[in-house]
Amino acid sequence: MTALIDVENLTLKFRTDEGLITAVDNVSFSLNKGEVMGLVGESGSGKSVTAKALMHLNAKNAVYTPESKITLHTDRGPVDVLSLRSPRELNIVRGGAVSMIFQEPMASFAPAITIGKQMVEQLQLHGDYSNDKAKRWSIEMLDRVGISDAAKRFDQYAFELSGGMRQRAMIAMALSTQPKLLIADEPTTALDVTIQAQVIDLMKDLVAEFHMGIVFITHDLGVVAQTADKVNVMYLGRMIEEGPVREVIRNPKHPYTQGLLAALPKLDDLDSPLTPVPGDIPSPLERPAGCVFHTRCSKIVGDVCKSVDPKDRRIDTTHKVACHIYDEVLA
Amino acid sequence: MSDVLIRANGLSVGFPIGGGLFNKQVLKAVDNVSLDIAKGSFFGLVGESGSGKTTLGRALLKAAPITAGGAHYSDGEVDYDLEKITKDQLKDYRKRAQLIFQDPYAALSPRMTVRDIIAEPLEVMGLTKNRQETDARVREIAAKCRLNLEHLRRFPHAFSGGQRQRISIARALVSAPKFIVADESVAALDVSIQADVLNLLKQIQSDMGLTFMFISHDLSVVAHTCDYVAVMYLGRLVETAPTRKLFAGPRHPYTKALFSAIPSLDPDDRGSAQKLTGEIPSPTNQPSGCKFHTRCPFAIDHCKQVEPKLETDGTGHDVACHRWKELMAPQAA
Ligand SMILES: Nc1ncnc2c1ncn2[C@@H]1O[C@H](COP(=O)(O)OP(=O)(O)OP(=O)(O)O)[C@@H](O)[C@H]1O
Ligand SMILES: Nc1ncnc2c1ncn2[C@@H]1O[C@H](COP(=O)(O)OP(=O)(O)OP(=O)(O)O)[C@@H](O)[C@H]1O
Ligand code: SF4
Ligand code: SF4
Ligand SMILES: [Mg+2]
Ligand SMILES: [Mg+2]
Repeated sequence: MTALIDVENLTLKFRTDEGLITAVDNVSFSLNKGEVMGLVGESGSGKSVTAKALMHLNAKNAVYTPESKITLHTDRGPVDVLSLRSPRELNIVRGGAVSMIFQEPMASFAPAITIGKQMVEQLQLHGDYSNDKAKRWSIEMLDRVGISDAAKRFDQYAFELSGGMRQRAMIAMALSTQPKLLIADEPTTALDVTIQAQVIDLMKDLVAEFHMGIVFITHDLGVVAQTADKVNVMYLGRMIEEGPVREVIRNPKHPYTQGLLAALPKLDDLDSPLTPVPGDIPSPLERPAGCVFHTRCSKIVGDVCKSVDPKDRRIDTTHKVACHIYDEVLA
Repeated sequence: MSDVLIRANGLSVGFPIGGGLFNKQVLKAVDNVSLDIAKGSFFGLVGESGSGKTTLGRALLKAAPITAGGAHYSDGEVDYDLEKITKDQLKDYRKRAQLIFQDPYAALSPRMTVRDIIAEPLEVMGLTKNRQETDARVREIAAKCRLNLEHLRRFPHAFSGGQRQRISIARALVSAPKFIVADESVAALDVSIQADVLNLLKQIQSDMGLTFMFISHDLSVVAHTCDYVAVMYLGRLVETAPTRKLFAGPRHPYTKALFSAIPSLDPDDRGSAQKLTGEIPSPTNQPSGCKFHTRCPFAIDHCKQVEPKLETDGTGHDVACHRWKELMAPQAA
């Protein structure tokens, strides 16, 4: 297996009027070529900003600690992503080697330019494409994500498409440059299941075809089960569990992961009420001391949870969890 | 009937698209839809991306042009024919009927604080007497939607997708409407919060006596939340039924395909779904006969020629398919 990206000790804060917000707290993970990583977690837990960090794409008020390091392994050797500064340098990671499908479909299309024109522009920015060739390839990509009448849609504006079509158009645009790493932020959220299945298949094909690595952010654990090789779970900026998909879904170790799985609406039982993880998500300005999850944890083991940040413990070589329950067993 | 809040009758919405001056085409986003939404119900609307769910919801809010047929709103206090509604009535209708947007990023003004975003409908509609009252109302709704006081002072750019969705929900609820179209309102939320927001919406619904049209592609969410479900395909309703009936025995081949495509939580159960093949037809160039025939595994010649009507079986379970009865027989399919 060849490494594609290594994230080490990523800590990311945002400067705001009310002070520094810690959005990502000392997160490390790696992804190999051809591997699909599912990134799940609470709303506001830092999934999107972690993903954007991989492209050095966070807002201007973002502050990375000096220990934070992201290494992208490209054909031309390793690139230290967070040291990239000029637009030319950044082009290596933005839309070239790395492509991102954003959570907010409207935000990624300029309102006054047709879908097609944007796709063509992006292709020409990153490769040697004639107008004709770029158009043909763009239409083919639109077609492959299941957009009917692709040639006609090519000349339409984003606001003229339904939410799901917009999302598919965005997927087509992101895939058209054949990136080495694809970051997909809730890419199937607005899609109905039959189209979702189609898009998931397409992504799998692309992994096989281009040996692409994918970071797949989703809150749908069914989608994770169907697509990912491994899963990372985030809560309030911390990576609290990491492991192979089968392990994490069948054998979740962290109380939050267990709560997530329990909260899932199940089709075979319509009578029991939905069981959310109790309590409120703390504000990122008031991150709880100790374990960030202790304010909502039903398995809290004692004062240690309120004062000591749990270390990563290895359940085995691939499955990691950050929770005091495992301190003694695995110390 | 007094217990119907909204009744659509042959409702159609068309958009003129592309082409030159003389060959303007019309895209039929919603095509001849009739339905009743009972007062106090949680009415689910599911279907393919592009099938017209958002457009139907918007038409019922009088926010998309009704090109044929009509819809009627009646809440016991007022009666509005949405086609012939006057300006003054429309102003009043805007208080009574609200939308929670599909795309919270497009919906929130970046220059307003969250407090102002939530307060705006109250101020625009003049629903509160003074700032104290407005603030109290905003805080109450914000708390219900799990937004704290600090959140209220911040601008939307500083929020995650799920947090923004809760802001949109708070904004829609603040004017105490009677009818809410919630368009993919929990799609951006992770499951622990989603369960919470769904419970919250249900709670608010019964507390405030609200009626919801709940648009979602997530069938398990719909199954747990809605009393009644309508399935759309290419602008048409293909099946409507009380939720339990629908999930216990879907009749339309498209509904069955939808159910079987729900991603399984079992990683070793990949690809077992009965997958639909074929292209989604273009809404500007729709198939003849049954609109699903180009992708239906059970299509016969008759399906290509004659469009099936929504048949009612007297129990509220309606389906538009020529073959549903024979396909339900145990030996079929
Ligand atoms: N530019 C910014 N300025 C200040 N705070 C920010 C900024 N961008 C993000 N944040 C904060 O960082 C935290 C993480 O946000 P992020 O968007 O990564 O969440 P997420 O896990 O993707 O959530 P969701 O599932 O809701 O999309 C949130 O508390 C958010 O408010
Ligand atoms: N303003 C518009 N101009 C032209 N066409 C439009 C407009 N709004 C919607 N449409 C078209 O109408 C059809 C139905 O769109 P709609 O947004 O209602 O679908 P939807 O069922 O909500 O889909 P999704 O699940 O993807 O949100 C689509 O073909 C869409 O492209
Ligand atoms: S460390 Fe303590 S509070 Fe945190 S998840 Fe584990 S048991 Fe719960
Ligand atoms: S009418 Fe025919 S094509 Fe349409 S859903 Fe029924 S069997 Fe399939
Ligand atoms: Mg996000
Ligand atoms: Mg929609």
